[in-house]
Amino acid sequence: MSEAAQVNPQGIGASVRRREDQRFITGEGQYTDDLNQPGQVYAAFCRSPYARARINGIETTEALSVEGVIAIYTGAELVADGLGDLPCGWLVKSKDGSDMNSAPHPPMAATLANYVGEPYAMVVAESVQAAQQGAEMVVADFEELNAVIDVSQASVSEPIYESVDRNVAYNWALGDEDATRMAFAKAAHVTTIDLTNNRLIPNALEPRACLGVFEAATGDYTLYTTSQNPHLERLILSAFVQVAPEHKLRIVAPDVGGGFGSKIFVYPEETTVIWAAGKLRRPIKWVAERSESFLADAHGRDHVTHAELALDEQGRFTALKVQTTANLGAYLSTFGSAVPTYLYGTLLAGQYKTPNIYVEVEGVYTNTSPVDAYRGAGRPEATYVIERIVERAARELGKDPADLRRMNMIQPEDFPYETPVALVYDTGNYEASLDKAVLAIDYDGFEGRRAKAAEQGKRRGIGFACYIEACGLAPSKLAIELGAGVGLYESGEIRINATGSASVFTGSHSHGQGHETTFAQVVSDKLGIPYDDIDVVHGDTGRMDFGLGTYGSRSLAVGGSALVMAAEKIIEKGKKIAAHMMKASIDQVEFNNGEFTLTDSNQSMSIQEIAFASYVPADYPEDLEPGLSEKAFYDPGNFTYPAGTHIAEVEIDIETGVVDLVDFVAVDDFGHIINPLIVHGQVHGGVAQGLLHAESRRSARFHCRHDRDAVYAQSARSKGMRRSWCHRFASRDNERDYPCAG
Amino acid sequence: MKVSLQVNGEPKDVEVPENTLLVDILRVHLGLTGTHVGCDTSQCGACTVHFNGRAVKSCTVLAGQAEGAEVTTIEGIGTQEDLHPMQEAFRECHALQCGFCTPGMIMQAIDLVDNVDDLDNRSIREGLEGNICRCTGYHNIVRAIQSVADAS
Repeated sequence: MSEAAQVNPQGIGASVRRREDQRFITGEGQYTDDLNQPGQVYAAFCRSPYARARINGIETTEALSVEGVIAIYTGAELVADGLGDLPCGWLVKSKDGSDMNSAPHPPMAATLANYVGEPYAMVVAESVQAAQQGAEMVVADFEELNAVIDVSQASVSEPIYESVDRNVAYNWALGDEDATRMAFAKAAHVTTIDLTNNRLIPNALEPRACLGVFEAATGDYTLYTTSQNPHLERLILSAFVQVAPEHKLRIVAPDVGGGFGSKIFVYPEETTVIWAAGKLRRPIKWVAERSESFLADAHGRDHVTHAELALDEQGRFTALKVQTTANLGAYLSTFGSAVPTYLYGTLLAGQYKTPNIYVEVEGVYTNTSPVDAYRGAGRPEATYVIERIVERAARELGKDPADLRRMNMIQPEDFPYETPVALVYDTGNYEASLDKAVLAIDYDGFEGRRAKAAEQGKRRGIGFACYIEACGLAPSKLAIELGAGVGLYESGEIRINATGSASVFTGSHSHGQGHETTFAQVVSDKLGIPYDDIDVVHGDTGRMDFGLGTYGSRSLAVGGSALVMAAEKIIEKGKKIAAHMMKASIDQVEFNNGEFTLTDSNQSMSIQEIAFASYVPADYPEDLEPGLSEKAFYDPGNFTYPAGTHIAEVEIDIETGVVDLVDFVAVDDFGHIINPLIVHGQVHGGVAQGLLHAESRRSARFHCRHDRDAVYAQSARSKGMRRSWCHRFASRDNERDYPCAG
Repeated sequence: MKVSLQVNGEPKDVEVPENTLLVDILRVHLGLTGTHVGCDTSQCGACTVHFNGRAVKSCTVLAGQAEGAEVTTIEGIGTQEDLHPMQEAFRECHALQCGFCTPGMIMQAIDLVDNVDDLDNRSIREGLEGNICRCTGYHNIVRAIQSVADAS
């Protein structure tokens, strides 16, 4: 516990129990589907049963005759009404300098359907059942076309779009190709590896949902939706899709039941719903079924990679060369282009001093659901490549895998460390994490355990992942130079009310991370206002200036820092008021733990007294505005770089093939921790999702991608929607209590 | 059809189509939105309630089957001011993140503690087979349930 936490038991460093839990454990959370509006109607979507098909016509007469069906909107009608395409927010350039080739992404398919589950019509009815019944009665005249499914074959397959040669969106590169080639020419040893990082389906437990409202009297649109990113949603829907002007469109993301990246993006469904709410002048609600989530939420990962690592005689890494084909799906989702490039290639140095790195990424279109950010987004894919090839190199050279990692790690004295792939790591001690993890799992005793397991007919193995992640996703100038369509700062506002309580507004969004607790801890710590007197508001474009939402582990690092800046402004203004009221100069006022105190005097005023004086300015500086409310936009100068070592020990029963995870250790260096309880919880959840990914295997047996998280149908060729999926969520039988060191 | 049932100790009469599910009676007709819907395949467990004293997924019960039933939902076991021990344990152990699975998870957990003797790590995990959480990795959920089992 930090010194501050000892002073303030609910300040920074304290494991405060989460305040949002009070409503969640009593069933009083307000998720999107819990909200209702008078006169509300319901939407259901008609989705393509084909991976690729031409839509020759849509017959809606019969569907419109279903009792309760009010209206049916098709993709073609959206186009005719002038609704814009859904844009990709990051322009990636190919290595030849050309812009990426963006396939047009209409909100609903108008003439071509390009993945199974792509919506092409929306039925609106007085009840959910009538809407679903109506959707089943819509008859589309599909002409099935050859589909491109296999990512490794995409660039030699028939083009999906006339405008996209070889189905390649971009061929991006980073690093010094010549220097890398020369280093390989001098290598004492070269290790190569071919990897498939299989497609995952994020599956937040709350399915996506939205409720679109149009108020004819004012022309105001309000969209309640399951978003990690409400302000960006408003920007895209106003500036690009042109549903409504930005000042007439309010996005509210109330309680959101998990996201894992999948709720960052702007999707066809909420776009169509809010547009149609304006046409119909009635509130429209849509809630995805889980079956729809599998098909129509953006997926994650899906890379095929060839990598080569060059080493010298001692085993030092001299160069790394990586060639990745990334499946972008049928369309470029909101950040789909950035994930396998700037969030992936830039992390390929990992924790190691590899002097030469060159990476090429070919981003390809296929007739599959769009792929975008999922849990870690690009960075875990980089860690997977590095750690797999390093492990293989150790085995080929007969070196201890921990020792090989250790001898190549960036050392504390090397910071700041500029990698060959564009990042500057600020600080770290990677070996310390590795040492701690090795000790925690009793690495020295592993050979004994392995021998014992062998006696029982089991194969035991141990695997390391020494990872680094670039979090915070900024600074804006750099991101925009690299193609980002928006900045990556965050806003924060602190309003000290007249009675001394504080209302805190953040542009980041909590959907499980606990910001209402942790951000209040930060403000309590900085301003000395009791934790219980601080309220944190998020997720509503009508209540805070702007924000860029929550993803990429950015909220506390960027959004929390914005609140610290706002708190500093509050203190600065408070000092002016305090100096005036205590008849001293500003230089004589110190602020500590909620008290403005005069140096060399025992005279002091509390922040609550100062707040009251600012709103009832009887005795008040003449040149100062009343009120005690400050806001700040924080644009970080660099990413943050959490890093650590995770070690897994597994046993395989060679008779049955059953894999048993017998031990797991996670050592993470997260820097300054606000709430250890919450941080540990985040690690548990991340490790669980990672383990499920690691256990997954791609399988061709079922003609589909067989993920541990999901089975995703590649194509549905029968007349009906022949989709094959099953839930493969976290299995409880292979999880135990694992030590988790901070 | 008309369905009469007891919900959280109060008699309720609802007029619903015959193919209505209990979860929709609770959420749509009675406004008890603490019971959640996370799937359409009876796999996630977010809709778990107590049905005649046992934990049941309310998406598997048709309106007609609910006639005369006693149903308890998350709203019926405790309030913010007076939490059920299982609610308190979930908060104390940080057994939830996004909170969406939590009501069903708590209803299932209460059933487990009430009906299974000598709960341990393994039997708690087996008892949660029908309830999915995507945030926590279950670690703290198991801790919370164990703490209530140990205290009772």
